[in-house]
This record gives sequence, structure tokens and C-alpha cells, in this order.
Amino acid sequence: MSNEQSSTDLTVSGAGTSPAAFQDPGMPPHQERMADKDPAAAKRAERQTVVLFAVSVLGTIGMLVAYFLFPSGDTVESMRTSNLLLGLGLFLSMFGIGAAAVHWAKTLMSDHEQAEARHPQKSDPETREAALAALEAGAKDSGIGRRGLLKGAVVSAVALAPLTFAVPLVGQVGGDWNVSNFRHTLWERGRRLVRDPSGDPIRAADVTIGSAYHVIPDGLREGEHASHWIEEKAKAVVLMVRMDPRDLTEAEDRRDWSYEGIVAYSKICTHVGCPVALYERQTHHLLCPCHQSTFDMADGAKVVFGPAKRPLPQLPITVDDEGYLVAQSDFTEPIGPSYWERLK
Amino acid sequence: MSTRATTGQRAASGTADYLDQRTGIGTAVKGFARKIFPDHWSFLLGEIALYSFIVLILTGVFLTMFFVPSMTLVVYEGPFAAMNGVEMSEAFASTLDLSFEVTGGLLMRQIHHWAALLFMAAIVTHMMRVFFTGAFRKPREINWVVGFVLMILGLAAGFTGYSLPDDVLSGNGLRITDGVVKSIPVVGSYMSYFIFGGEFPGEHIIPRLFTMHILLIPGLILALIGLHLFLVVLHKHTHFPGPGRTQRNVVGFPLFPVYVAKAGGFFFIVFGVLALMAGTMTINPVWNYGPYDPSPVAAGAQPDWYMLFLEGGLRLMPGATEFVIAGYTLSLNVLIPAVVIPGLLFTALAAYPFIEAFATGDKREHHLLDRPRNAPVRTATGVAILTAFFILLLAGANDLIATHFAMSLNDITYIFRVLFFVAPVVAFWATKRLCLGLQRKDRELVLHGHETGRIVRFANGEYIEVHKPLDEYERWIRVQHEARRPLEILPAHDERGVRRKGYHRDALRARVSRFFYEDRVEPVTPAELAAAHSHGEHDALEGHPSSGGVPAEIASGPSVDARDR
Repeated sequence: MSNEQSSTDLTVSGAGTSPAAFQDPGMPPHQERMADKDPAAAKRAERQTVVLFAVSVLGTIGMLVAYFLFPSGDTVESMRTSNLLLGLGLFLSMFGIGAAAVHWAKTLMSDHEQAEARHPQKSDPETREAALAALEAGAKDSGIGRRGLLKGAVVSAVALAPLTFAVPLVGQVGGDWNVSNFRHTLWERGRRLVRDPSGDPIRAADVTIGSAYHVIPDGLREGEHASHWIEEKAKAVVLMVRMDPRDLTEAEDRRDWSYEGIVAYSKICTHVGCPVALYERQTHHLLCPCHQSTFDMADGAKVVFGPAKRPLPQLPITVDDEGYLVAQSDFTEPIGPSYWERLK
Repeated sequence: MSTRATTGQRAASGTADYLDQRTGIGTAVKGFARKIFPDHWSFLLGEIALYSFIVLILTGVFLTMFFVPSMTLVVYEGPFAAMNGVEMSEAFASTLDLSFEVTGGLLMRQIHHWAALLFMAAIVTHMMRVFFTGAFRKPREINWVVGFVLMILGLAAGFTGYSLPDDVLSGNGLRITDGVVKSIPVVGSYMSYFIFGGEFPGEHIIPRLFTMHILLIPGLILALIGLHLFLVVLHKHTHFPGPGRTQRNVVGFPLFPVYVAKAGGFFFIVFGVLALMAGTMTINPVWNYGPYDPSPVAAGAQPDWYMLFLEGGLRLMPGATEFVIAGYTLSLNVLIPAVVIPGLLFTALAAYPFIEAFATGDKREHHLLDRPRNAPVRTATGVAILTAFFILLLAGANDLIATHFAMSLNDITYIFRVLFFVAPVVAFWATKRLCLGLQRKDRELVLHGHETGRIVRFANGEYIEVHKPLDEYERWIRVQHEARRPLEILPAHDERGVRRKGYHRDALRARVSRFFYEDRVEPVTPAELAAAHSHGEHDALEGHPSSGGVPAEIASGPSVDARDR
């Protein structure tokens, strides 16, 4: 800062006679526009404004013509054509009016700046006093200060009355409020793994090494679940992959949860619940496209990158008598994102 | 001609008389018709927000005529062959119908969506204008809070709106919302049930969002816009400093006819540009995404831009921050980016006028705006917040950055994690320096005038460049501001050695005040200008340091570099 050259000649020498601050010079002189000085220029500006309004009229007509001649139709192409023509028509129709109005204002309307006085926001002392007096008189008339019981009655009645609205609303807005539903899915002992969305059962022998299957429980839309199958599907979706069993690292207590290198994990991310859908065959990594949590399918679906903390829950599987893949049980922990009472 | 004009005039005066006898409207017209509004391009930002909202209502009414807010499943049998026989909700099917069967429906939906993006963009930039020019100062603090609530409502309107079509993209957005809500301690699970009427997704969410989106939120926005504009009229608009502009007047043009034409015309311009965007640029082509199903998900999916900072936060937060305490799960990896950071950001924004008022101890009304350079710490704070916001925004698109620039997604994430903390600090420092530098430049210009490029040689062989002094109007804008100084604090003990009440509050206030105003550049005074002129230009050319060695522009207080860290 010390080598600040620009101001080395500026040491203030005993302020002298100059005023402490500069004075506002007041409004600068008005500059006349072309249209103010030259009638021909004003006429020209008027014509330009008229042309812009005419553009708007043409745009409106064009939009109506497009509406009748180019309905949106059955294909994406015809829909796009219709959209483009209608959009251009609407653009001209609106923009013409706007441009004309602004051009008119800028070229032909008076551009003499004017000043208007401001006044302090607060009211003057007499008004304030009168307002205070009015409030005091009102309070005195009501007698609220003297009648304590009345005050209590008003407060209690007004405070309680909203319950008539709140209780019925809160009581029912959350359905049955049975949040323990988070713990259970449709998977149970012997339920077949079927392909999503076809519903075809999967024979273990048909699953090649390196392939990935999007799986739902068999009978998803049947029985008592039929009316709320989407909620069940949202919890039960599974991603199943097969890899060389030698690549697989399995925990001691989960050795029998896989079947000849086939492993099945919940497809719902343990971060905030997106479907984890991108499987990379070489690394056995499964990537959530929403927030990039990455799970290692060869090692208990543990998190190798990203904002998730917990591994994906594993679905214990085996095969039935006909060689189709089935679940051994439900998931052994709640699937999906963490919540407060998850482990309770 | 003359008779026709008279008829028109008679009709107009008849109507005016009719209305005035019944409403006394004459008083309002007298007060409002020639009301003065100042002119500046940045005052248009709020207008853009207002006009996009009007366009949103107009197109929104069109859309409600055809959209069916129902999650009842139907099998699509419409003109769009690719979706034939596909099971989908009525909401999604009616959105397809809006595109394929209602001519102009796609245009209205695309205008609606673009207008929503523009609405939020205009609100945010309008807020930036108000922030950086200090327009939030007394008496406008309340209106700042009203505007802040409008921004939050705008976010809510956008979120409830883009979730309505029930396509794969918005459905997964809702699922993320569910995951975020569940992470809230103690009540998270119940809040999820509260929102979805049971387990995700249920069949209530679309109708509920619809009611929020078309009734509750726009109703509130409309009411608050009314209040916002009422307060603007009540306070009279702020104006930028300049010759003739003071704290006690407002300089500009009359409402009628100038702003009726300009502002009214501007509505049509905004509408026209939105129509052009919707006609030529596809947005949210839901027919490509397909109906919501809990299993599929799209890669490279981003929410609308104003939600992207939340998404970015979720992506950056390391997973290791989820804890189990006494058997209960605390998901800080979700809670911090999705709840805590936006909470802090928004609280800081809403509270800023009150924080600054505390620092200045200033109780006066302010109707003249600050040039951003003249409030370096405020400007730097704003830029730092925007930088953090921008880093989160980019982080929300880290997958697109990775694919478009062939970079490692993991590296990008690590870099952003660091930048989120470092970049705002650097931005703060750099902005503050820039502001102080610009103020010095202003001083320089006032003292020495414009360079003319004319070189003059004196008889003694000395060369100087002739500088043209500023005229008084040019000069005024560079010298009119008052340099704010840190507050002085009274000693902790009075003269009799008794502890003074309120000392700690004063000490805090002095600290905040020092942070804001310690480094400053004072505007040129007439005495300095006279001194500069009496010395003449050649002093400056010689460049000798003056005897004191203290540059006059650096005012009292510790060295400028002391607070640079």
C-alpha cells in the first residue's frame, strides 16, 4: 500500500477554506432527442411504431392460421411443427405490441426528468399521539385490563378452536400412520424372482456370468397387494447379477445367501432412495445415477464412493425344485434411505 | 373529426364522473397518474419476475383445463404410438394428451415451464440487485422479507409444478424428496407419511401437489406480490445516486404515460420472448421419459436450475457422516446438504438487512442506492454467497461435466468438496479488493481528470500529458457517497470504575462494525481536489512520495492488509 503512486501528491494540508464536502450540482441540462428537434425524425419514429404494431397483428393472424392448418397431430414431428409455428406467431403477436409501446415511449413521449418530494415514513407526532390515544380509549372501553377472567376465556377459546380443524386433518392426512411398513417387503421364503416388467421367472442356469437383471417379486399385482402394488414394488425392486464365484467376497454369515455367483441386492439406494441402476460388469460396481453413490457388488455391495453410508441390503436367494431362483426370506433390514427409528 | 373527438371525450368524462361519484377514484388518479418512477435497467428485473408470474397464471389456467391430477392407472390408447398400451397414471396420460391432442397445449406447457425458470431467475437477480445496491435498508427491511418469502414460495411453486406430470424424472425427484424427509430426526418417517398419505408413492401425492400448485401457493404469491408492490408505492422507488438525486426526492418519469407504455410494453416483450423460447426450445419432453415406475431411472437427470444447488449438496456430502446414536439413525449425510445448508443460507439472506443495520447503528432512511463498490464488505459477502451457491449448482451437474469433458466423476466431486469451502473465501477477498480498487480509481479520476492523450512540452523541456478535469455532474457521482466508519466504543468501565451496562453488546457491535468498515477509501473532498490542482500534474509525474508517506485515501485504523486473511 505504501507505494500507492496515484495519490502521493494528495496530502491534505490544513483543510483551508474549501467546504467539507462537494455540493450536489443539481439536475444536468436536458438533452433533446432527434424526435424533439426534427419533425421528420418524430414522423419516422411514429411510422416505426405503427410498423411494430402491424407486426403484432400479422403475428396474431399467423398464429390463428397455424392453429387451423397445423394441428398437433399424431407424431412427435407434427407436434413439433405445430408448436414451432404457434410459438413464432405468439412471439410476433406479443413482441410487436411490446416493442411498439417501448419505442413509442422512448422516442415520442416526453423525456423530461421530473422530481417528486419524499416524506419521512413515520407519521408526525400529533398523529402518533392520536393513534395511541385511540388505542388506549378502545382498550379502556373493552375493559380487558380490569376483567382478568374474560381475558383468560378469550385466550383459551381462541387457542383451542383450531383443534377442530387440525385434529381431523392430521389424523387422516398420513393414512394409517403405520410407519413400521417401511420394514417389510413382499419378499418371503420361496417367492420367485421374476423379471421386471415381464414377470417371467428366472432359471438360475439361464443367468450368464456378467449379466444383470432387474427383478421384482412374483405375484406382485395379485392377492391382497393388488391395490397398492406400486408401493410394494417401490420397496421390493432388486438388482441381480451373476459373477465368477471366485470374484465374490462374502461375509461369513452370508455364505449361503448367494447361488453359484448369483447375488441379489435391493435396488433402492441407501442414500435417499433412487433406483441404483448402472452396473459396470468389469469392476462389479453399481452406480446410482442420482447422486453417484457407488456400491461394490462383489463385496457385499459396500459403498466405495459417494454420499451413501450403508451397503445395499442383500436378498438371500436360492433355487426351487424346478431350478428357478427364489428368495430365502424377506430382507433382513429395512431397505432404502435411513430414517430415525430404522434400527429400532 | 372534431365532433368525433368530442364524443369520445364526452364518453370518457362521463365514465370518469360515474366512477368518481361512486368510488371517489379521482383522488387515486390525481395521486397516481403522474407519480414519478426512476429509470434504470436493473429495475426491470423485478418486473420480469412479475410478468413471468402473470404469464404463469395465464398459461396455467389453460393447462388446468386439460390436465387430470389423478394417479388412477389407465392404459394409454392415444395418438402417440410409442406409448400405446402402456399403463400410466391419468396425470401422465393427460400430459401426453396436452401435447398430442390439444393443439397449442405443448406450447402452453413449454411457455409455463420456461416462465417458471425465468420467474425464479428474475427473482434471484432482482434480489441480487436489491442486495448489492443496499436497497434493503431502512425503511425497506420489511419489503426485503416479503420478497424473500416470495422467493421461497417460488421454489415451492416450481417444485410442486414439475412433479405433477408423474413421469420417470419427476417421480424419482419425489422419491429423493421422500428420502430427504425421512432423514429428519425423530419426525422424519411421520413427515413422509404426512406428505404421501402413507408409503411412497401412494395415490395422494399428485392431487395434493396439484392443490398446492394451483391454489395455495399462487394465492399466497399473489397476495404477497400485492403487499410487495404496495410497499414499493408507499416507500417510493429507490434511485441511483446522480446529480439532482437526493434522499428527499425521487427523480424520473411519470407513471402515465411513460411507464404505462414502457412497463406495459415490457410485459408483452417478456411474454413474446417466452413464446419464442417455448416455440423453439424443447423443455421437459415427458413423452421421452415415460410414466413413473419405481424401478427405472434416467442417467444425467437434473432438477430445474433453482433446485440444482440442493442436488449438488447431496452429491458432495461424504457418506461417512451418517451416525447411529443410542440406536437411532442420524443421517447427517442427507440432513446437512438438504436441510442445514439451505437453512443457513436462507436465514442469512433473510436476516442480512438486520445484521447490517446492527453493524452501522444507522437509524436513518435510505432512498439513494449504493454503488456496489462503495460497500465493499457487503458486495464481497454477496459474491461469496453466490460463489458457494454456484459451486453447489455445478456439483449438481457433476455427471454432465464428467461426460462432456471426459473427466473422472470422483475427481470432480473431490475438487468441488474443496472448492465449496475455499472458493467463497477467495471470492470474498478478491471482491473486496476489487471494490476498494475501483474506489481508488474513482478518486484518481476525480483528482486528475480524464487522460486526453495530448502531450505538451514546456519551454524548459518538461513533458506532461494534459488531463481534462471532470465536469461537476461526472464528479458528483464519484464523490457523493459518505464513507462509513467503524463505530467507536465506550470503555468497559465508566470514570468511577463501574462496569458499564451493555458493554458486551457494544463490543460485539464494534467488532461487526470493524469487519464491515475498517478498510475503506474516503471520497475526495473539495480541499483535496484544490490541493491536487494547486500542485499541478507534474508532481504526479515525478512520483516523489510526499513527506508524510501516508497516502491520504487510506483513512485511520489499522493497516488495510490486517483484515485480508
